[in-house]
Amino acid sequence: MNFTLKIWRQESASSKGRFETYKISNISDECSFLEMLDQLNEQLVDKFDKPVCFDHDCREGICGMCSLYINGRPHGNDSGITTCQLHMRRFKDGDTIVIEPWRAKAFPILKDLVVDRSAFDKIAQEGAYVSVNTGGIPDGNAIPVPKVKSDLAMDAAACIGCGACVATCKNASAMLFVSANVSHLALLPQGKIEAKERVTKMVAKMDELGFGNCTNTGACEAECPKEIKLSNIARLFREYYVASIS
Amino acid sequence: MSNFFTSSLGKKLIMSLAGLFLCVFLVVHLGINLLLLSNDKGEVFRVAVHFMTTNILIKIMEIFLFGGFLLHIIYGVIVQIRNWMARPSGYAVSNNSQTSFFSKYMIHTGVIIFIFLAIHMANFYFVKLGITTPLEGGSNPVQDTHDFYNMAINLFTTPAYSIFYLVCMIFLSFHLLHAFQSAFQTMGVNHPKYSPIIKWIGNIYAIVVPAGFAFIPVYFLFFYN
Ligand code: SF4
Ligand code: FES
Repeated sequence: MNFTLKIWRQESASSKGRFETYKISNISDECSFLEMLDQLNEQLVDKFDKPVCFDHDCREGICGMCSLYINGRPHGNDSGITTCQLHMRRFKDGDTIVIEPWRAKAFPILKDLVVDRSAFDKIAQEGAYVSVNTGGIPDGNAIPVPKVKSDLAMDAAACIGCGACVATCKNASAMLFVSANVSHLALLPQGKIEAKERVTKMVAKMDELGFGNCTNTGACEAECPKEIKLSNIARLFREYYVASIS
Repeated sequence: MSNFFTSSLGKKLIMSLAGLFLCVFLVVHLGINLLLLSNDKGEVFRVAVHFMTTNILIKIMEIFLFGGFLLHIIYGVIVQIRNWMARPSGYAVSNNSQTSFFSKYMIHTGVIIFIFLAIHMANFYFVKLGITTPLEGGSNPVQDTHDFYNMAINLFTTPAYSIFYLVCMIFLSFHLLHAFQSAFQTMGVNHPKYSPIIKWIGNIYAIVVPAGFAFIPVYFLFFYN
């Protein structure tokens, strides 16, 4: 398969970026999107050009490191996947593919397609954990958790912090990420204890870092590789209101 | 608690509560407007208007109503400006994600409704207060600044005004199609069984209420003589 790639190139955080066009040919349809970029980079290095910087790590959809806004969709034109799980067979031979970095005030571009997502870490540091010593292994039946709740908690805990929700939201809102973190802990007895403090502090941090506000467009839910549901945002609202009045 | 009203979530709650209150108001307003259709030279309509402009409880509600409008508009604008600031430089390829269509244009439909509201106030409420004068032309010239019946008929028999009115009602419908169900999500109501029902009620509301308003100018343009 042959493609024309339009890739955002930016020397550093402070420099002005621009699109560069590259041609790439002889790509197998079984090739993953990141492998295709690897091949491009090898060609660039062979020509003593600077390779395109992009984030990646596990390359199996679990770490949340890969990003990329591909043809108007974070993680490309497929649902429930990360960019590393995207394959070239999803494209047509001869396609032009526009690759942009995540764009949000809270996610400044560092170089090319790499953005600084440490804003998420800062939010997480405000309470996406249980700050008690858990001790030894308790008896499985000592703390009963209804199956429905454990399922909801597990679904929310699947968030890998990739930032696709922020990238696709027209308001660059981090609500889906925050709601996933708040939900998975608020639903479980161990997390309940610090629930009020957690939600208050995480929301305050989210606002402080310059993320936008949720307008319920649902773009985040549509693009989340872990299919985190909008109902988590409703739970975030509930948790926040309860914490504010009590 | 003090942070609540400045937090992103608190602002949204205030917006949605004020918005739902305005939804209730619209129903009352529509009910009175529909009295214009009764074939009695405005007799019932005048009785209703008299009640709405003199009853002390309604007068008190009027203050809440203005408050509701102000809160909804001011918070809406603040939230929107912050949301624009959250993405200072946009994408080259516009977003292709699956989203609800109307949710993306709330500020735009909102601004149109606001312009309509301003003109509407100038045509009626401010006339009563003596700030503006009623529009000339149309079938029923207005002598008395408290004569809402003739003011309404006068406007609705002016084709240009009626068309403007109809267009505004379409945008009101667009606004409500997202707003109604979204307000519940913001209040934290999201339930696998009840949310689809809320969405249905919201859609019916968003079509029936503006359509009810829109029916009146259509009637006066085509069926009134
Ligand atoms: S909620 Fe989904 S899209 Fe957002 S950071 Fe978590 S996994 Fe990524
Ligand atoms: S590289 Fe780990 S999720 Fe894509």
